[in-house]
Amino acid sequence: MQTVRVNGQTHSIDVDPDTPLLWVLRDILGLNGTKFGCGIAQCGVCTIHLDGHPVRACNLPVGMIGERSVTTIEGLDSADPIVHAVKKAWTDLDVVQCGYCQPGQVMAAVGLLKTVPDPTDEQIDSAMSGNMCRCGTYMRIRKAIHLAAGETA
Amino acid sequence: MTRMPLTTRRAALFGGGGLLLATLWPSASPRASTGMLVENATAPFAPNAYIRIMPDNSITLILPNIEMGQGIYTSSVMLIAEELCVDLAQIEIEAAPPGSAEITGGSMSIMTEWKPLREAGAAARTVLIQTAATRWGVPPASCTAASGVVTHTTSGRTFTFGELATDAAKLPLPKEPTLKAASDYSLIGKSQHRVDSAIKVNGTAVFGIDINIPDQKIGTVSASPVIGGTLRSLDRDAAMAVRGVVAVLVNEPRDAVCVVGDHYWAAHKGLQALRPVWNENDNAHVSTQTIYDQLHDGLKGPAIIPSPKGDADAVIAKSHATYSAVYQQPMLAHATMEPINCTAHVRPDGCDVWVGTQVADRAQETAADVTGLPKEKIAVHSQYIGGGFGRRLEHEYITQCVQFAKQTNYPLKIVWSREEDITRDRYRPAYVDEVTAGLDEKGHVTAMKHRIVGPAVVARWDPPELTKDGYDEDLSVATLITPYTYDAYRLEFARREAPGVITAWWRGVGGTRGLFVVENFIDELALKAGVDPVAYRRELAKENARAVAVLDRVAKDSGWNDPVPKGRARGVALQFAFGSYMATVAEIEMPTPDTVIIHRVTAAVDCGQVVNPDQVISQIEGGLIFGFSAALYNEITLEHGRVQENNFNTWRVMRMNEAPRRIDVHLIASTEDPGGIGEVGTAAAAPALANAMASAQGHRYRTLPLLSSRNQEKETAR
Repeated sequence: MQTVRVNGQTHSIDVDPDTPLLWVLRDILGLNGTKFGCGIAQCGVCTIHLDGHPVRACNLPVGMIGERSVTTIEGLDSADPIVHAVKKAWTDLDVVQCGYCQPGQVMAAVGLLKTVPDPTDEQIDSAMSGNMCRCGTYMRIRKAIHLAAGETA
Repeated sequence: MTRMPLTTRRAALFGGGGLLLATLWPSASPRASTGMLVENATAPFAPNAYIRIMPDNSITLILPNIEMGQGIYTSSVMLIAEELCVDLAQIEIEAAPPGSAEITGGSMSIMTEWKPLREAGAAARTVLIQTAATRWGVPPASCTAASGVVTHTTSGRTFTFGELATDAAKLPLPKEPTLKAASDYSLIGKSQHRVDSAIKVNGTAVFGIDINIPDQKIGTVSASPVIGGTLRSLDRDAAMAVRGVVAVLVNEPRDAVCVVGDHYWAAHKGLQALRPVWNENDNAHVSTQTIYDQLHDGLKGPAIIPSPKGDADAVIAKSHATYSAVYQQPMLAHATMEPINCTAHVRPDGCDVWVGTQVADRAQETAADVTGLPKEKIAVHSQYIGGGFGRRLEHEYITQCVQFAKQTNYPLKIVWSREEDITRDRYRPAYVDEVTAGLDEKGHVTAMKHRIVGPAVVARWDPPELTKDGYDEDLSVATLITPYTYDAYRLEFARREAPGVITAWWRGVGGTRGLFVVENFIDELALKAGVDPVAYRRELAKENARAVAVLDRVAKDSGWNDPVPKGRARGVALQFAFGSYMATVAEIEMPTPDTVIIHRVTAAVDCGQVVNPDQVISQIEGGLIFGFSAALYNEITLEHGRVQENNFNTWRVMRMNEAPRRIDVHLIASTEDPGGIGEVGTAAAAPALANAMASAQGHRYRTLPLLSSRNQEKETAR
């Protein structure tokens, strides 16, 4: 039995400890906002926060999480000024296209702004290049992060 | 030759126009009497397959094209809402079921739905106004509609559409409803936010892979790594011993196995334990080199010659000089961010399929074929698509899912691993082209010959659309369909079907394929003639005002005539594809021969009347990046019939740090009918980049991907 705290709730789950957190979220807890893209931490669509820091859920064994708390896109606190600013910037600029990678992009962007409140293009590229987008929304992601940074400054 | 009728593209992709051009109107057509109208017979006002209005004033629009990122839900809603006179915020949307759904592809959605969707809205609005006018005993002309309410202008009395719905349904619909003048548009041409932005930002948008049906199980699949292979053996006990595994399934053609579990990870571990072994065939001897050898071989010998103009050979023979060059392009995978998946629940009396698909009708047909159930017993529930790019114009994964699901009594969701997704994709084919130009003393083109060697994708995808000569009209884009005028021109197609590979459509189709070759070649001719590449194109395109306009605009916006910043180089490309014109300038830097920094891309686009301008710009931005990704990476190779690249660590995609620093898109104001836009940017990317790289390095880049060692070889032109 594995225990994991997700979005403030503690769950006991009957899976092997090597089960990646991604599949616990999606297939057991029904939290489908965190996406599957590659399974080898190359694309970032499964990005969640572990104690507030962006982490890929697809190769994070649930048995290794321990006491740390997991936040998914569903659990982001919209009252948090950074979360609010990021989501608003994303919709104001219509960043999304197919949208599949965007929950992961939002999680990565929130994580970035928590540590770097007003990032340069280079800092954005460095923080966000682990998050692929096949539709090519990178231009607007950069702009949206700058916009969100401006709103929370 | 400056303009090819769009029917060529339609014919190439959509069955001679019959399916696509059979519009809804009049409402007695087959499309209007199937699908949603039948399923929602209780809706009091459902004047056509697109609109449903309930007495509580809830308004649902049922959209014929599927949303896969291109913004079509938003622009379709805008077209209907503009004429129906409702606010975007009032509307619920649904994906159309088979029967009302269109094939979504070929950048065709706005081109084909531009008029029918507006007419649908206008006809509904007409009878709603008429109903209100009759109740009040006033002339319809004294009433107006706005925000879902009909108002009698002099008295100020109102009815909501919902209050009118039941009576409005009794009135005959006008056959030719009056459409608004463009000057009266309140939505069309004005940027509207995407209807799907918020749900895609907060994670609640449901993609096919997110389907969660009560009692469903999750399977993951391994198909024969060699096309045509069949199952020889597997270790069922080992798979079943994995905790959480509930079944091991083999499909009926025995070319794929599926391990089913309580969750994906159980299925995944079960599949690893299953160790399927496959009977292979001659395809196991195919390598990338086999394919290229076959393609280069096709540069000589017989070919199909569609629509020749003049006697190109004779003109070239008499020309002052000739020039020719050979180009090579690799196979490409799609690798949509959402891996291939499908959910099916097969029961004795019916079957439900939940899937993201560009071809809802084909999904229904294949499920009917596999289950033996009649088509009307197959319900296809179309979901948001996490990337299409042509991959979801294929339906073999739906076939496969139903083959497995018919063996289970629970709903079965299959999810392919990324490795399965890349290695069992259906690939954009490899091609080899040779282009030959006759030149006059000044280096201007007297005649041109262009030989394409490669497969005819349409031959498998929609066999009746292969011409009786064996030609695939998709190959006409950028070759026969071009902004340029030549006195004599001959296109030749030497068909070579790649062994051991299934080939498919890929974003930009013939445009992406052809423009890399043609715009690369034109650029080289310009430089050989000592003429500026923009000026050279301008002369060749001078009979085409829209082409000249985008070229002039991009030259201005990119600072083409200003000195190039130190260390940088520029490349230009001009195109007419999908009914739209675009000129593109890429400004780059190559710190080493193996490194490209794309500083800036400038584009000028004339896609006719624009429905949602900001989303056109978004498609150009994203389309360019998708195209750059393929121009630099994305190559698929084969050894022993097996695809060698299998995940994002071995199959590279452009990431944010490599994306252009800046993309500027200018939309030319136009009153022409709308052109397509979803693939336009992708087609522009490789030629603009290749021409900039040629300028930077002083040699041509005739092979994709551009950083291939082949481009470092001695010049192949003669």
